[in-house]
Amino acid sequence: MQAGLLFALLAGALFAAFPVFWMGTSSFKTNPEIFELPPRVITEHFSFDAYWSILSNPVEVRFFVNSYIVALSVTVLTLVVAIQAGYAFSRFQFPFKRTLNIVIVSVQAVPPITLLIPYFGLIVSLGLYNTYPALILTYMVFTLSYAIIMMTGYFNTLPRELDEAVKVDGGGPMMALWRILVPLSVPGLVSVGIYTFMIAWNEYLFALTLTRTEDMRTVPIGIQLLMGQHSYRWNEMMAMSILGSLPVLVLFLVFQRYFIGGLTTGAVKN
Amino acid sequence: MLNVVEAAPRQTLWRGLTRRAVGPTGRRLEPYAFLSPTLVILLILMLYPIGAVIRYSVMNNVILEKAPVFVGVANYVGILTSPDFWVAVRNTSFFTAVSVLAHLVLGMVFALLLNNSLLGPLAKPVFRALFILPWLFTVAVIAVLWRLLLNPNGVINYVLQGAGLMDSKVEWLANPSIALYAVTFINIWSGYPFYMMSLLAGLQGISSDLYEAARVDGAGGLQRFTHITIPQLRPIIVSIALLDVIFTTQQFALIWLTTGGGPINVTEMLSTFTYKLAFNQYEFSVASASAVIIFVLSMVLAFFYVRSQRMAD
Repeated sequence: MQAGLLFALLAGALFAAFPVFWMGTSSFKTNPEIFELPPRVITEHFSFDAYWSILSNPVEVRFFVNSYIVALSVTVLTLVVAIQAGYAFSRFQFPFKRTLNIVIVSVQAVPPITLLIPYFGLIVSLGLYNTYPALILTYMVFTLSYAIIMMTGYFNTLPRELDEAVKVDGGGPMMALWRILVPLSVPGLVSVGIYTFMIAWNEYLFALTLTRTEDMRTVPIGIQLLMGQHSYRWNEMMAMSILGSLPVLVLFLVFQRYFIGGLTTGAVKN
Repeated sequence: MLNVVEAAPRQTLWRGLTRRAVGPTGRRLEPYAFLSPTLVILLILMLYPIGAVIRYSVMNNVILEKAPVFVGVANYVGILTSPDFWVAVRNTSFFTAVSVLAHLVLGMVFALLLNNSLLGPLAKPVFRALFILPWLFTVAVIAVLWRLLLNPNGVINYVLQGAGLMDSKVEWLANPSIALYAVTFINIWSGYPFYMMSLLAGLQGISSDLYEAARVDGAGGLQRFTHITIPQLRPIIVSIALLDVIFTTQQFALIWLTTGGGPINVTEMLSTFTYKLAFNQYEFSVASASAVIIFVLSMVLAFFYVRSQRMAD
């Protein structure tokens, strides 16, 4: 039984992690070494050359700058809008609440490809084609519904007596929200923020279609461009992939330390 | 982590939205003030575009011409009688069915492994981190990585040949009789951690009393799994599987960056088929009809998803 479990764990780890390990080890190889037979698990000519050639190329660096600008803007804007909407859902009764609720949940299922054609027309006619706002606005459609659902859930866990206390002190709902509820919701805000950032950082289809010039492209498109143009500098493609995955990997590490444990079980039993 | 940022809220927060609020009822407009940014965004970037794409789908020469003409259902007839469309339907169905089933099985196996009490407090987080790895990479990275691994001269061919499983090098992504299986495999690899984390959280929520009682009644391991574990996890399974069906039928980037729908059209999906119609062939009207069909399919699935969430209430 013990041996069987160990075998299953190791087989699972190999399946899950080998491709990622291979990406890492390939990024330190020289390009001719990549397809050397037999393949080398650890390179003989360990070097950071692939990384330097990415990081010293202003075109590639621009992809990262663009991705950070877009993803951080989407995150901040999504949080600001979702906090307000979540507050409305959590603390008020109003006509069409149920309908709006269903709309917001269903929005997650609308296929990006369906929206892409009208977005293309809309973004061009608004003069936003090939700009940051084109990406920021369209990404928000997909981050928002999710963020609202999460924020509503988080606010629901906070006692209403908090709002009442603000009212007794003569404060309005605006004050209750921003001065009391939001500061208490930091763990919820962090997880919504991380999730939003990840969606925006990873988005591909809209970035492909709504931008055109190299200086407006984001990391996922940059990886594709690298694949097309220097046909097959695999070590650079792997280095770029690692660099492009770093923000999410770092978030994961930080996040895991903070949140696994209490919040995960709490969220599910909620 | 996943069940905080993705899985758990999807399952539980629906309830959060519908929970009855006992707030002030007098100030009628206040909630709408808080909701106004959301409503504006939904109106401009959801309602208007859906209206627009439906309008495009019954017109001709949209976007390219200033004065498109009304053509009724002609574009729909064109799509539904196109053999390429049905190839895409078949590929998408295969890709989705196999992916979802494999995600569920693998996710369950990995979750059960991680939930095993024999796993020490040190080993568990390590294996959890390893098993979750594929989920941390964006599709563009996954695509380029698997193109390296599956390269005819790549490591997978080398290992399989060395193990005597194959006589010659296989062009996994370029061979028309294999490419669909290859992209499905890549999608399986990249998608199971979502199930794993959701199911793991679900497993941890099952009361050990249930298992204890079953043990007392003499139930074996398999019986405990089919009579306790599966029924207890059912709501989670239904909701993540439905979400997965919705998202897998819409998968674009993975296909686009590995095979582009080829060779010929053996990996063409509804999404790549529609994209090519619009942005390679500039057939925006026909593409819109295709996009509307995909939209309707997704909304049918969303209906079941919303209903399954309600039933869990």
